[in-house]
Amino acid sequence: MVDPILQVRDLHTHFFADEGVVRAVDGTSFDLYPGRTLGIVGESGCGKSVTARSILRIVERPGRIVSGQILLRRGDGSQIDLAAQSPDSAEMRTIRGGEIGLVFQEPMSSLSAFHTVGNQIIEAVRLHSKLSKKAARDRAIELLAMVGIPRPAQRVDAYSFELSGGLRQRVMIALALAAEPGILIADEPTTALDVTTQAQILDLIRRLQQERQLAVILITHDMGVIAEMADDVVVMYLGKEVEKGPVDTIFHAPRHPYTRSLLRSIPSVLARPRDRLATIAGSIPHPFARPKGCPFHPRCPDFMPGTCDRDFPKEVAIADRHSTACHLYAS
Amino acid sequence: MLTYLARRLVLALITTWAITVVTFIIMQLPPGDFVDAYVSQSSAMGSSISAAEADAMRQAYGLNQPFYIQYLKWMSFVARGELGLSFEYGRPVTEVIGDRLWLTIILSIGAILVTWGLALPIGIYSAVRQYSFGDYVFTFVGFIGLAIPNFLLALIIMYVGFRYFGLNVGGLFSAEYALAPWSFAKVWDLMEHLPIPVFILALAGTAQLVRIMRANLLDELRRPYVMTARARGLPEYRVILKYPVRAALNPFASTIGYLLPFMVSGSVIISVVLSLPTVGPLLLRSLLSQDMLLGSSIILLLGILTVIGTLLSDMLLMWIDPRIRLGRDT
Repeated sequence: MVDPILQVRDLHTHFFADEGVVRAVDGTSFDLYPGRTLGIVGESGCGKSVTARSILRIVERPGRIVSGQILLRRGDGSQIDLAAQSPDSAEMRTIRGGEIGLVFQEPMSSLSAFHTVGNQIIEAVRLHSKLSKKAARDRAIELLAMVGIPRPAQRVDAYSFELSGGLRQRVMIALALAAEPGILIADEPTTALDVTTQAQILDLIRRLQQERQLAVILITHDMGVIAEMADDVVVMYLGKEVEKGPVDTIFHAPRHPYTRSLLRSIPSVLARPRDRLATIAGSIPHPFARPKGCPFHPRCPDFMPGTCDRDFPKEVAIADRHSTACHLYAS
Repeated sequence: MLTYLARRLVLALITTWAITVVTFIIMQLPPGDFVDAYVSQSSAMGSSISAAEADAMRQAYGLNQPFYIQYLKWMSFVARGELGLSFEYGRPVTEVIGDRLWLTIILSIGAILVTWGLALPIGIYSAVRQYSFGDYVFTFVGFIGLAIPNFLLALIIMYVGFRYFGLNVGGLFSAEYALAPWSFAKVWDLMEHLPIPVFILALAGTAQLVRIMRANLLDELRRPYVMTARARGLPEYRVILKYPVRAALNPFASTIGYLLPFMVSGSVIISVVLSLPTVGPLLLRSLLSQDMLLGSSIILLLGILTVIGTLLSDMLLMWIDPRIRLGRDT
């Protein structure tokens, strides 16, 4: 296998609020390869989005990266640790958009209503290249055509509120790829869309990935999307990485009780009428009241008193590239 | 877009008409009329006016006719641009208001420009650096500015300006130009007098607008489109100035509507303190002496200024907000 384009090593991003410290991302590590998709999955508030923002260094105050490394391999083969850069540096700005593109969950409010979509795409194109205005406009039309927007030459002058949700998300993808980055981070790209549009957007991401050997980080809470799109999966719970491995292993031989619970709660077409959908007991703890030990223990079906509520479990390798952090598997 | 404009224009006309009616009613509200005021004034000065004389005056001015006739008469004059005679000054109202109107408008526009020039950058700074030392300083100064009555501020600034800087305070003209016909020298004299009143008038609105701008911008800064702009690799100042500031200007533009009349009516006391030859003090005097035609003309003028201001802000909104321009809301 080729070298990873992005390596995240033991990343910790904490938010320092007046009420206390929220450890939004608390020790995440993964590798991202060109042409492959890494799925990050978990419930709301488990630190998926903060992980994405940490990589781009756009975590908002009072949050900041406390420790860890984010190693990006660049076009010339050199490696740069994004966690060590200043968020406002020129270096970071060329990487944002230029080498890593980001697509957000909210296609409705992620575009400015005061500027045409063309204006925003042209801005992104010219920011990372030396194209003239005219050439950048042609490029914007090309990008809109690439993401499958009909009549791109007219739509370039449209405002976002004149487009449907699906078209807006396509514009967002065009915007993220305007400077031809090698990495695309899609943060819940289909959550706000209806199911048919979801499938189209996922197809589009997959097609673009194949065409340009994009490395994709797909953040979602939808196990169905993961099954369809991801090559590798990271399961997160309360900022902790609880299990990671190839997608087949995660779906067919999940080890961590949390992963198993997540998989059980997928609605099935085989279910009989009036069967209740399995849910995970309890709810996510308040961020300031994180349980001691393994954060999942209050909701865990395999809770072992005296062990799980005392120490956080170490990561255990189950097989090649498959590991989990759970006391059940501690040797 | 044309429907939007047309609707605004029709609404403006209807509003203007409604204002004329309300103006007229307001002028009729105080007990008694100009003649009563005149009679009591005269008797206070020692000369008495008989009831017959008073009735004759009422006859002459048409004050004993029914309400709607008086209104229609007044309107027919107003429509022809004749605002009638001021009872008190014995001169046409247009002449009495005359230059004062232009001076008021110059003063107001100057004050609005200074207000914006101060409030916009301070508001942006306070929002972007929320809870920073600078933000607290501006908030503190702003609240003090809001709490101190402006006429008091005017007095203090006048005193300091006169005592320590030898500035020419009070009025808009030096004595030798006050009654002189317009000339280059007189305009220059006006320019020299403008800064202090403009500054004091502007301070009245600045503190408030800073708070509005700060709150607007804080709302906008949390929107996802700011994050996407940042994720594109834009430098921070361009992210802020191009996107959220642009969006925060929207409510700003709609404040112009009432800023215009506020500058005229809200500055009455300041104008009296600074003895500015503007419309404000004139309105006060006409109301005190029940000089009906003069007072109603000024109130009418204020109303029309409000309508024009609102119309202007509507057009400005249309210009800066494509959602309105294209007739859609999201």
